[in-house]
Amino acid sequence: MTVLFGQLFTGISIGAVLLLIALGLALTFGQMNVINMAHGEFIMAGAYTTYVLQQSITGAGWSLVVALPVAFVVAGTMGVLLEILLIRRLYARPLDTLLVTWGVSLMLQQLARDVFGSPNVQTRAPELLTGNVALPGGLTIANNRLFILALALAAVAALTLALRLTPLGRRIRAVVQNRDLAAVSGIPTARVDRTTFFIGSGLAGLAGVALTLLGPIGPTMGTNLIIDAFLVVVVGGIGQLKGSVIVAFALGVLQATGEYLTTLSVAKVIVFVAIVAFLQWRPQGLFTLRTRSLA
Amino acid sequence: MSLFRGRRIMAGAMTLVAAAAMAACGSKTTDDPSATGVTADVAGDTVKVGLLNSLSGTMAISEVTVRDSIMLAVEEINAAGGVLGKKVQPIGEDGASDWPTFAEKAEKLISEDRVAAVFGCWTSASRKAVKPVFEKNKALLFYPVQYEGLEQSPYIFYTGATTNQQIVPGLDYLKAQGAKSVYLVGSDYVFPRTANKIIKAYAAANGMTVLGEDYAPLGSTEFGTIVNKVKSSGADAVFNTLNGDSNVAFFKEYKSAGLTAAAMPVVSVSIAEEEVKGIGTQYLEGQLTAWNYYQTTPGAANSKFVAAYKAKYGADKPTSDPMEAAYVAVHLWKAMVEKAGAFDVEKVRSASGGITFDAPEGVVTVDGTTQHIAKTARIGKIGADGLITEVWNSGKPVSPDPYLKTYPWASGLS
Repeated sequence: MTVLFGQLFTGISIGAVLLLIALGLALTFGQMNVINMAHGEFIMAGAYTTYVLQQSITGAGWSLVVALPVAFVVAGTMGVLLEILLIRRLYARPLDTLLVTWGVSLMLQQLARDVFGSPNVQTRAPELLTGNVALPGGLTIANNRLFILALALAAVAALTLALRLTPLGRRIRAVVQNRDLAAVSGIPTARVDRTTFFIGSGLAGLAGVALTLLGPIGPTMGTNLIIDAFLVVVVGGIGQLKGSVIVAFALGVLQATGEYLTTLSVAKVIVFVAIVAFLQWRPQGLFTLRTRSLA
Repeated sequence: MSLFRGRRIMAGAMTLVAAAAMAACGSKTTDDPSATGVTADVAGDTVKVGLLNSLSGTMAISEVTVRDSIMLAVEEINAAGGVLGKKVQPIGEDGASDWPTFAEKAEKLISEDRVAAVFGCWTSASRKAVKPVFEKNKALLFYPVQYEGLEQSPYIFYTGATTNQQIVPGLDYLKAQGAKSVYLVGSDYVFPRTANKIIKAYAAANGMTVLGEDYAPLGSTEFGTIVNKVKSSGADAVFNTLNGDSNVAFFKEYKSAGLTAAAMPVVSVSIAEEEVKGIGTQYLEGQLTAWNYYQTTPGAANSKFVAAYKAKYGADKPTSDPMEAAYVAVHLWKAMVEKAGAFDVEKVRSASGGITFDAPEGVVTVDGTTQHIAKTARIGKIGADGLITEVWNSGKPVSPDPYLKTYPWASGLS
């Protein structure tokens, strides 16, 4: 029974990680239809930001707190640069965007290698986050996982509220629903695009900070994450955040359960089979945006 | 922009990723019908050697340091006048943590660059991938990393430990400490699976129980479930054969779950000083390793090696077992060539038996039959400063026994 609860929490925490890495993509791919293969490298940028800050700020706790906003800005700025320099010219050619951003992702990996070296670097987690909460029945819940869960939920809440309630959020939704109509209504679509990209990439940076608590920080860390992130967004449905949220947790629990009953490799296969089957049934994903467009 | 268009694009993206993956896996090596070996190009006043290590991908964390160490040995040899009066010219290739790439680059080093010997490979998967290439071309590979044994190739010299010089001593140590049960965690490829087969045979013969056995794909960084299983098993110790980046995630998860070195020690066979730096001592302090060399190993030869390495690459760069074995490999090759009086592979092979070298780990001796070397086994404990201190050693070099013929419990393993 203890193991079962432990596994359930493991599933939820895998879901939280998936959600964090996919949230930015839900915005840039889900809302703007830009396939950004360099999204994983923005996550890496966030992780390295944490590392660099820790070199200058000695307290592990403080450096993590400071890293969250700084990584958001660093990754967000990288996203804006990518948007201005390349993606802006390719909005009408999505497949070319894929190739271009894949090239960018390889360049960023090499850049990380040149700056920080091939071997992984380490950050010190605050002592508070290396412990765990002991629950009755011998069940323990890791503090770092709780922190990541809280961070993921906070990010989702902030993003949802921003899209719902702020003028900027309304402009973003207008551009997503009907770019031409938004433009003739006087909304500066180019600037909205840039801002959306800033937020989406910034969220990737946030994920990078969180991942320093769980795994390696190295030049190739983004490669493993990008496929998972796209899966969550595609299965969740494009143009809606709630689909990504539900799917991230569902996939996390499915992965953890499958792994407990079989092995890690088999669990991955189970997840992929489930995704393929689901997309046969609902090709548009879990939720979609209802628009009046004809396509 | 309609959503269906987006889905189509996504399908295109997935196809592209799959195609890229297939292209990476489908590479083939050129087939040379002539069964005679390629002779090394030693006409000029230089002799070329190949360096084949992963400088990118999940194994780069470990293999880059081996490359650095080989370069140091080459420089030392050149400073002392080279080999048979010829300067050694290193030619580096990146195996990119991808086994077909290793085979391809090995072929290139042998056939195009015509090197006299190749130093490198880390994972057994990469060694198994290049083995036929070396055997076909009758060229020499020096393999510097501990491995799962059960192998002997006339064209490979193994300067790392085989199982009876690392894993068996590790198990002996656990047994002496009173461990009655172990849990096995490893990466999903040939070394961990074979090592665990050996561990299970040992356990069965020595009254130990193996409570579980889990594998994660190379590069995997999600260990929540595996650590849950380890924890609920209540094992006395964990035997860890994970390689590369996975170790970082595993130990972070291990500590988060409240597991400690005192309550459930982990014996690792692929974590050396360099990996400790990448994982973080905060997660590793007190955990055990099984190797043949540590930076802290006493002796004049090691003081000299450590000082030279730090002078070349930086005071913050540690030395480790595979680095030392790679460094030793280059020096052993020089000794073999000089004893043979030629770079010719067959002559070098027949000259190899009985060659000794005063290595940083202590004196090592080449066994001409198995082409492995006799090495001292050492169990170490990871300290807060990131260095590993020896807690036990075998006292004298252990003769290599790659097929475990001298261990009755190992009969029937293949």
